[in-house]
Amino acid sequence: MKIRRSAGLLATITAGALLLAACSSGGSSSSSSTTAASGGTSTGIVTAWGSEPENPLIPTNTNETGGGTILTQIFAGLVYYDAKGKTHNEVADSITSSDNTNWTIKLKSGWKFTNGEPVTAKSFVDAWNYGAVSTNAQLNSGWFQDPSYGIPIVGYDDTQAADASSQPKATTMSGLKVVDDTTFTVQLTTPLSDFPVRIGYSAFFPLPSVAFKDMKAFGESPIGNGPYKVADNGWTHNVDIKLVPNADFTGDRKARNGGLDIKFYTSQDTAYNDLLAGQLDVLQTVPSSALGTFQNDLGSNAVNIPGAVWQGFTIPQNLAHFTGAEGQLRRAALSHAIDRDTITKTIFHGTRTPATDFTSPVIPGWSDKIDGSDVLKYDPAAAKKLWAQADAMSPWSGSFTIAYNADGGHQAWVDAVTNSIKNALGIDAAGQPYPVFKDLRTDINASKKGKKTGLTGAFRSGWQGDYPGALDFLGAMWATGAGSNDGSYSNPQFDALLSKGAQEKSLDDANKDFAQAQTILFKDLPSIPLWYSNSTGGFAKTVKNVEFGWDGVPLYYAVTKS
Amino acid sequence: MARYLGRRLLQAIPVFFGATLLIYFMVFSLPGDPVLALGGDKGVSDALAAQLRSKYNLDKPFLVQYVLYLKGIFTGNFGVTFSGRPVGELLAHAYPITFKLAIMALVFEGVFGIGAGLLAGLRKGKLFDSTLLVVSLVVIAVPTFVIGFVLQFFVGVKWHLLPVSVGSDVSFRTLLMPAIVLGAVSFAYVLRLTRTSVFENLTADFVRTATAKGLSRPRVVMVHVLRNSLIPVVTFLGSDLGSLMGGAIVTEGIFNISGVGGTLYQAIRQGSAPTIVSFTTILVIVFIAANLIVDLLYAALDPRIRYA
Repeated sequence: MKIRRSAGLLATITAGALLLAACSSGGSSSSSSTTAASGGTSTGIVTAWGSEPENPLIPTNTNETGGGTILTQIFAGLVYYDAKGKTHNEVADSITSSDNTNWTIKLKSGWKFTNGEPVTAKSFVDAWNYGAVSTNAQLNSGWFQDPSYGIPIVGYDDTQAADASSQPKATTMSGLKVVDDTTFTVQLTTPLSDFPVRIGYSAFFPLPSVAFKDMKAFGESPIGNGPYKVADNGWTHNVDIKLVPNADFTGDRKARNGGLDIKFYTSQDTAYNDLLAGQLDVLQTVPSSALGTFQNDLGSNAVNIPGAVWQGFTIPQNLAHFTGAEGQLRRAALSHAIDRDTITKTIFHGTRTPATDFTSPVIPGWSDKIDGSDVLKYDPAAAKKLWAQADAMSPWSGSFTIAYNADGGHQAWVDAVTNSIKNALGIDAAGQPYPVFKDLRTDINASKKGKKTGLTGAFRSGWQGDYPGALDFLGAMWATGAGSNDGSYSNPQFDALLSKGAQEKSLDDANKDFAQAQTILFKDLPSIPLWYSNSTGGFAKTVKNVEFGWDGVPLYYAVTKS
Repeated sequence: MARYLGRRLLQAIPVFFGATLLIYFMVFSLPGDPVLALGGDKGVSDALAAQLRSKYNLDKPFLVQYVLYLKGIFTGNFGVTFSGRPVGELLAHAYPITFKLAIMALVFEGVFGIGAGLLAGLRKGKLFDSTLLVVSLVVIAVPTFVIGFVLQFFVGVKWHLLPVSVGSDVSFRTLLMPAIVLGAVSFAYVLRLTRTSVFENLTADFVRTATAKGLSRPRVVMVHVLRNSLIPVVTFLGSDLGSLMGGAIVTEGIFNISGVGGTLYQAIRQGSAPTIVSFTTILVIVFIAANLIVDLLYAALDPRIRYA
């Protein structure tokens, strides 16, 4: 499958072991704030792993890592994320709202595209409108509409044509208004306290006016406002793209090296061998064949930190013996029965980090001390006791199963987890393999609608962060009626805390609400958290100050090479 | 000769139409919806899906799609990929690289295969012959990607003798290791073919006559034995050029070469019909041309064969 920016990152993010996750970073590299110019500057050209963009380099049309990584280097958005997933203003001077629905964005003046055109409010508004209108066929148009990961702007529906032969009612969204050169307003359909965090995604980058004259040509040689620009004839398709520092860049992410040469690979193994042979400086993802050895091969130049991927398994709400008080006891018993430490070490070579919550350590607000999280501790005795209590209510019979798709490399850990459950509880437990992901998905969707399917128990589940915010994880998987709430979990208290969080004035307050919402999840355990998938990578001895971002993409601007 | 050539070229026309129609149909029947795949895990809205389908002609029936594609080809337009790049551009980039690689592999297997095969055939049953037989057996038995990874690891990573991958630097030096890997299996076949053929011809009447005429041993071997022994070998090499170009997917992946194999692989994953059909059609044409050249070479090698 293609490496997609989101689900696909599941494939690229893999590795773990450091429980001090949140404060650790790439090996020996400095982990001070990325805004501090701790590394000084250097002149060497850094070679980095990449893959050929699957779409033209237009921010609203790029939804996979290959193109996304390049866009982040050559564009600057309203905000950017540092290595810890914290959001900082970039082109934006301030992003304010009194009700979290109507937002006013003021831009810093003096920002320019590399063709000299100033970056104005119009640069953003035009780019967002272009991305939304259905006749432009932009793959990221959902980011202007979907409240679960994007920003639902008023008037989006009018920009969608009824079918391929008709025209949309409007080519602009009524919720977007330019006030003056450095100010514009955004009206959302629903309040979002984490709006300033969401707009860091590459779909929200600005475009210069030259782009709209010939978008096709622009996608071949994009003109941005980021720390780098594409060198003259720098993009050799399927081979590499050469980026040179943008001398006029005034933001925090100023390039501290002499340029970037992103080499496109079709095989991760080849890239890894290139790294070992000194032909590549920074590798974003270690191939699965080397997961067992890369920390030995690379020593302090190996990167293995938790990524923005939560993994676990979901027990449907209506599964027999897993409802009501009996269900709570059994769910807690299962959670206590799983030896996460041993499984992550032996099955995943330490490239997973045992979970301590329902989000991820790279998400601001994450904590390993949320009330109720001790249910994740491996404790076979407690597990047995809880299971016996449940048996007293209604005796258990049969086998506990976890469904998975056999084409995704899940069998090893599912077998380990079910064995752990078997040993701790003395019940029969086994994996339930589906040949391919699509079959599993079909059965999950059908049983969500109350149909009888082949699904006999729990199933694997996971979430890859779309932006560094807790609401993304919690809202998508456990809010009532949410698209990925596959266990049909519904708890009004939980929903209320989420919507309270979405309306808070400050992100810190919102995160407190979300942490409180998680205490409810720990009690109900609609899904059993297992671990976070790690970002694994490596870098050569020739480069310094290599840090990986919250999404597992190295922060290339900070890398130094002499 | 000219008539023969003309007839052979005319035969290529139905092959071209048959191949394109068949391949187009196979791509059309591939499971999965390329438009949904484009959307990734976020999916695409109905409005967007309809827009994309009409943009790439995916909403039309099979035969209409095929005719539109053919119409494009005859006006020099090979269609566009899902990333909006003209397929013609992809062809122009990928084919020269793969052609270079295939020719290097062909030269490698030809020179070393025929050379070693000749020596082995002349010394049948001796130590040199037995050693080569065992070596070629091992090379045939071990899959290409194993040979590729092992060579890459030792020659490239451990000993730093040759570059690990090719990337943007397509040169003799970087292509040397991939060419050897690509040609390795065929090298073993060429060696065995030449050996057997040489050994048989050594006892043929015309060789005895040549020796009886008093010709020097090198002349007998080079002109009479080798030339006549080359007919099956040339047949093999000719059809091998096509396989080398189309079959380089594994080798190109291991050494990161942006040639035909890699492009084709990506196109199949994306279900991009114009790319797949254009690339495979040109492979078919390469096959046809290579076989034609082989047939013409027969006449040069064997005086008894004449085309009228």
